[in-house]
Amino acid sequence: MAATGRTRYTGTAIGLHWIVVALIAAAWALGLTMVDLPLSPQKLKVYSWHKWIGVTIFLLALARLAWRAAHRSPALPSSMPAWQIRAAAASHALLYALLLAIPLSGWLFSSASGVPVVYLGLVQLPDLVGRDKALAELLKQVHVVLNCALFVTACIHVAAALKHHFVDRDDVLTRMLPFIAPRRGDK
Amino acid sequence: MSCVLWIALMCIALAPAGAAAQTVDYARSRITCVSTQMKVPVEAEFRRFTAQLAFDPAQPEAGSARIEIDLASFDIGSEEVNVEARGRNWFDVGNHPRARFDSTGARALGGGRYEARGPLAIKGRTHDAVVPFTVKTDAAGNATFEGAFAVRRLQYGIGEGIWKDTDTVADEVQIRFRLVTGGKPPQKKP
Repeated sequence: MAATGRTRYTGTAIGLHWIVVALIAAAWALGLTMVDLPLSPQKLKVYSWHKWIGVTIFLLALARLAWRAAHRSPALPSSMPAWQIRAAAASHALLYALLLAIPLSGWLFSSASGVPVVYLGLVQLPDLVGRDKALAELLKQVHVVLNCALFVTACIHVAAALKHHFVDRDDVLTRMLPFIAPRRGDK
Repeated sequence: MSCVLWIALMCIALAPAGAAAQTVDYARSRITCVSTQMKVPVEAEFRRFTAQLAFDPAQPEAGSARIEIDLASFDIGSEEVNVEARGRNWFDVGNHPRARFDSTGARALGGGRYEARGPLAIKGRTHDAVVPFTVKTDAAGNATFEGAFAVRRLQYGIGEGIWKDTDTVADEVQIRFRLVTGGKPPQKKP
């Protein structure tokens, strides 16, 4: 990552990051509880909300990639070893890949189950696969495994941010926090 | 000799007053319904039904149809939903196992399109249904009847209790059918 004069992300980048965090938390909360609900209108509603949130995360992930293509991220501390810089780049790439792959797997799973996705009740997404019970079962497993991968990667992401903040005492966490002045300078 | 007589009697007994009865090829025929939940269209199939059709495009007014659907054969692709659909709030198949549509005398609408009218009985309630359809006849003389029409589920008490609210499951349900004549003698679809 090339150095820039900036010491923190732009308001747009910070806003998108935390909105996506909140949406992932909501999608997980709904996803984990909805499967055990007894069949009812409420269950059908919650399934729809879960899918709408997933589509929104997919769209916001694309917006974030567009932001990254148009902006340089703030520089990492010069004290960071090369392996950590590579690890940070790899984990960020993996997070973006999962933010796209998880909604995609959910959409395909829904199509294979014979239930199209109608975003916000307004826009019907095309069914990329036809109704197929065996494929639906496979895609369900894929959806679950990818979410487990996201959970683990997100935990590493958070642990790394906290380590930067409390152990290394650098500005890596504060540059992504809203309303808080970033720490000054490199350690 | 008695065998010939028996076959002749059977033919007379089975022949409706108007056009000659046609054998339905159940392997190539389908009756489905598309319900809408949270604006999401979901298709389900009625896997067992019987259809007695007699239709001559030259004399649509002499045609007749009787279609009986085994409602327990409703299949939406999810066993959880299938079980719910067979229950009291929906089809209540224990008390009302079959839906039935009877029609005599179709009307030509022009351009190969026709319209059948008749009572549609589901779950102990009967309302008149208007069923538009097309007919295509192939070289072997087999006819394909295709059509779709809407029913309002609440008219028949389908989806009661917590399901009455049409914000989640819409009142209007599309019934679609493709009935192909020819092939083997009448038999229920397995």
